[in-house]
Amino acid sequence: MDYVKLIILALITLIAAIGANWAHDLAYQVHAVLIMVIAAGLFFWILRQTDEPKPAVDIHRYADGVIRAGVIATAFWGIAGFLVGTFIAFQLAFPALNFDWGQPFTNFGRLRPLHTSAVIFAFGGNALIATSFYVVQRTSGARLWGGKAHWFVFWGYQLFIVLAATGYLLGATQSKEYAEPEWYVDIWLTLVWLTYLAVFLGTIFRRKERHIYVANWFFLAFIITVAMLHVVNNLSVPVSIWGSKSVQIFSGVQDAMTQWWYGHNAVGFFLTAGFLGMMYYFVPKQANRPIYSYKLSIIHFWALIFLYIWAGPHHLHYTALPDWASTLGMVFSIVLWMPSWGGMINGLMTLQGAWDKLRTDPILRMFVLSLGFYGMSTFEGPMMSIRAVNSLSHYTDWTIGHVHSGALGWNGMITFACIYFLTPRLWGRKEMHSMSAINWHFWLATLGIVLYAASMWISGIMEGLMWREVDDQGFLVNSFADTVSAKFPMYVVRGMGGVMFLAGALIMCWNMWMTIRGAAPARAALPQATPAE
Amino acid sequence: MDTYSFLRELADSWVLLAMFAFFAGAAVWAFWPGLSHAREDASMIPFRNDTPEKSCTNDCAACKCGHEWKDKFHD
Repeated sequence: MDYVKLIILALITLIAAIGANWAHDLAYQVHAVLIMVIAAGLFFWILRQTDEPKPAVDIHRYADGVIRAGVIATAFWGIAGFLVGTFIAFQLAFPALNFDWGQPFTNFGRLRPLHTSAVIFAFGGNALIATSFYVVQRTSGARLWGGKAHWFVFWGYQLFIVLAATGYLLGATQSKEYAEPEWYVDIWLTLVWLTYLAVFLGTIFRRKERHIYVANWFFLAFIITVAMLHVVNNLSVPVSIWGSKSVQIFSGVQDAMTQWWYGHNAVGFFLTAGFLGMMYYFVPKQANRPIYSYKLSIIHFWALIFLYIWAGPHHLHYTALPDWASTLGMVFSIVLWMPSWGGMINGLMTLQGAWDKLRTDPILRMFVLSLGFYGMSTFEGPMMSIRAVNSLSHYTDWTIGHVHSGALGWNGMITFACIYFLTPRLWGRKEMHSMSAINWHFWLATLGIVLYAASMWISGIMEGLMWREVDDQGFLVNSFADTVSAKFPMYVVRGMGGVMFLAGALIMCWNMWMTIRGAAPARAALPQATPAE
Repeated sequence: MDTYSFLRELADSWVLLAMFAFFAGAAVWAFWPGLSHAREDASMIPFRNDTPEKSCTNDCAACKCGHEWKDKFHD
């Protein structure tokens, strides 16, 4: 087996070396060198182990090493993504931050996809992989299937992130929102993702429980649907095998529809179904009581799966897309409100009879807040998908505010809560190093989101109204530049919100660091502390 | 009939019906009275199969917790 690996790695190194020499563009060249170095390094690493006795792996334990790595990677990419996001927020307020010396690599246009991919795919994706591996093992009573394949999933995914991120900075993009990476990065992600699916399914097949717990349904729907979306939306023909440029197979409105079928379901299945998988396991665990209604969770699952996939056309109101298609998208978006709120209610009602825990448990408070933001943004989304509302909100900052109340509030908060849940358990500690630091994180992040969302609502609605304002002669009153200067104060407030959110995440990293390295947890009891029962 | 019209026709009729029937079936199955106990049992799955809580003594030399992490980076 080692010999096969050595041959494959040697071939990859060779081909990457040829690619580095013949590359048509800078991004491809840098990537070829990167792959060459990694493959050569792996070659020697495996060579040194060949024909040596292998350390035995205890298969009677859960495979938690990869989850530990995943938790750290989540925190790392979170900081990177929030930092870039905060920076580009200030770039919008102060264009001078598009430094002349950094052109074209550090301008807003290249940093923006770096930010979105870093937070969605790197931060969110690592959180999903780590938690899904944790949950599927615990709810199946089985170790991860496939030997060390889960490590391939983890490192393969990190490589995808690095290739995508460096590609954006160097100018390799296929200009599809949330699907910017070029063809070879897409192929690599497909390989990693199918391995992920195999590991996840294999573990489910091995389960000791008769029933597959609902969290795994959501995770499985997320993995399968993302595989399908990714493959279809990235169908393209490379111009040359030695270059990063590719040409899409679809064109015109078909391409736009495929893109937003992908784009909206990336929200629906990556950022919603996957994270609901987390919710259905970690909220009951943290509250220490079963989910409010398991029956409702089954309805929630099937309704979400059946409805979300149709909602994409609401991104294309008033375009070349046929009217019936955008109406279909709008109607399904509005119907989707119901399962979303059903799921939120199911999560919140889990706390029935344990609401007092919110007073003492900042982690549970984070879960509840994330569910609150889930409910808020799944109300706001259907409303914005209505054609009349969309004609005001589309292309304005309202959309950005909506996305961030969902992404920071729902995805961010539930991920932080899961990190706080997992870190002590994975490193054999009783609890996080500092509970008051979690409280600080909670309030900083919450205030940051409020500043962000409120400023973007104001800015977006103002902008939308200014664009459509006409005088009594029927002429437009405002030029585009007028709206830009009017938005300046809101942009500064938005940037401050980002700083607060980032500060909270930095506190979390410090807390994780102290928990993991085993400084004595601060457990000094309050004087005459009374239990909160 | 060309492929588009055929698929469009099919999607609007039988496939729509089939999907709706599946969804209705899943809803009925979820609330089937005889399965009520199974639902309750399923909701307790997260509270089984947990690893016993181990606490770190900070003494890696004598540690028997056997984390892969330790095996990987401390030996």
